[in-house]
Amino acid sequence: MKRYLLPFGLFIVLAVFLAVGLRLDPREVPSPLIGKPAPAFQARALARPEATIKRDDLLGKVWVLNVWASWCGACRDEHPVLVEFSRRGVVPIYGLNYKDKREDGMGWLGQFGNPYTDSLFDPDGRIGIDYGVYGVPETFVIDRQGVIRYKHIGPVTPEVLRDKIEPLLKKLNA
Amino acid sequence: MPDRTPGLFRLLAAIAFGLCLGTVWPGSPAWATEAPSAAANPELEARMMALAAELRCLVCQNQTIADSHAGLAEDLRQQIREMLAKGMTDGQVMDYMTERYGDFVLYRPPFKATTALLWVGPALLMVGALGTLAVVLRRRQRMAADAFDPDTPDDDAADDPTR
Repeated sequence: MKRYLLPFGLFIVLAVFLAVGLRLDPREVPSPLIGKPAPAFQARALARPEATIKRDDLLGKVWVLNVWASWCGACRDEHPVLVEFSRRGVVPIYGLNYKDKREDGMGWLGQFGNPYTDSLFDPDGRIGIDYGVYGVPETFVIDRQGVIRYKHIGPVTPEVLRDKIEPLLKKLNA
Repeated sequence: MPDRTPGLFRLLAAIAFGLCLGTVWPGSPAWATEAPSAAANPELEARMMALAAELRCLVCQNQTIADSHAGLAEDLRQQIREMLAKGMTDGQVMDYMTERYGDFVLYRPPFKATTALLWVGPALLMVGALGTLAVVLRRRQRMAADAFDPDTPDDDAADDPTR
């Protein structure tokens, strides 16, 4: 009996490794930007081409940056969640309109509602690269000091909002 | 550009080989045109491609940025091109990429605490396997000959009276 113990132990170790591996989503690449200052940007506002928004304008408040595009189907899924969240006015949500056309982005917000205080217009995706964006949607939480505290990859669901984002915002706003 | 449509569709899309070609992705954006290559400077272009071949495309993770036709890969190639044109070194470009996308973008990640198992794991397994083999062989060597099952004679041998 004892001679089977070692192979059995090895088998268990291997099974645990494989089980953990199965649960990891290789599409969720951990961001090296968490805990680092949010990259500086200077962008045109989507709705007001003459206005610029800078990262430093947003220092001193906790805010959420949501990367979206009118061509992105998953953004449509998360959109009602953001609209509902914005109604509660917990923190300002800024959009990053990623690789989109201005009229398409505006039309999309007109059709589905606009949860954003403002949207940064990033037609060539340069701000996206600075934020390590590799798909849409992505969502960042940025604190008063301008440090990125959290990144969510993929659509924000009511569960993610309730279990991850809102508790963090409460802590940061305290 | 990936479109994070959830669920089954996303899974299917992830399996499909053609997915990395921005053309197959649903809602494929109209802007996904090939970035104009700066063929005006072939030396720069060669350096750019050498760097791009070291970087993983985050959209289709088993391709390099040099190979991929995903929108993001094109953007990043253009970004590298511009950085090199500004006179930045290869090292600075690599740092720029890892600052944004992490070690995951590197096809040859650096050796550090989080990647140690990745680098030494195969060697450890090999050492472990050879060590086990050595122990087992030595133990058997020390065993008396009668500890082993005698060779079972085959039928012919059993019939042979001279044995």
